[in-house]
Amino acid sequence: MNEHPLYLDGNALAGPLGEVFTTDPTTAWRLCPACRLPATLAQLHVYGPEPGLTARCPGCAAVALRVVTQPGHLWLQLGSGAGAFRFSRPHDRVRNPG
Amino acid sequence: MGSLSPGFHGRTRAFEGRLPPGQYPTESFPVLSAGPTPHVPTDRWSFTVTTERGETRSWTWDEMMALPQEEPTVDIHCVTRWSKFDTRWRGVSLDVFLDEVDSSSEHVVAESFDGYTTNLPREDVTGGKAWLAHAYDGYALSPDHGGPARLVVPHLYFWKSAKWIKGIILTPDDEPGFWESAGYHGYGDPWREQRYWSD
Repeated sequence: MNEHPLYLDGNALAGPLGEVFTTDPTTAWRLCPACRLPATLAQLHVYGPEPGLTARCPGCAAVALRVVTQPGHLWLQLGSGAGAFRFSRPHDRVRNPG
Repeated sequence: MGSLSPGFHGRTRAFEGRLPPGQYPTESFPVLSAGPTPHVPTDRWSFTVTTERGETRSWTWDEMMALPQEEPTVDIHCVTRWSKFDTRWRGVSLDVFLDEVDSSSEHVVAESFDGYTTNLPREDVTGGKAWLAHAYDGYALSPDHGGPARLVVPHLYFWKSAKWIKGIILTPDDEPGFWESAGYHGYGDPWREQRYWSD
């Protein structure tokens, strides 16, 4: 049996976040509030893709952000208590009326 | 996607009425995780119920194993669209734990050793509808499937069945958990396709 789960690097965020950011978010730096480690989004450890992408600090595994995609929408939650932002996905042809 | 085999269709028909809308049956048991797999030795494991007043009642592994055991065989449904029929678990009904505390809260939050949380109505984890499971298909539950013990709430999407569970917190208000606060539905009924917040 595989030793689950394996994580991806933060470049896995480029596709989904590229739908809602006009600049490449993977080169942005994040200073971890838990362990103080600075890291670019591309260096984060990303688990998923289902049911969503969970990006964690490579130093202490604290949750940096979560991305949930659904037809027509993308949810982005930064950190743990910031609330989730729901973006429309302009290039997704299946629209959710909600 | 390629075409489906006749056997696949046959099996679907055999389980007619048991497959919620938008789901497909699978024989495998996919592993989904939102972080590193915690490895919790049973001699350091405990399960704690916390009331809205902060009162706690805890069980060690041996105490939990000495409680009345049940062996539910249930269908499970993942929000990522796979369903798995007749999964066999062994564990303790959550009724046994919640009967031991005095609480009027109508909501609970299940909390895991890795920090994962999920919220459920209290009535959905009582009345013989939810278990703390420590064995699957006759074997001790492996860490990648949530061992040493996980929540099993088969009538809701499986993200509600928290892996690596360490406790239940009774809360007066509904408090969205890890996925519920990031776009997924607060309740998660597979028969009503309650996948996302607005479903």
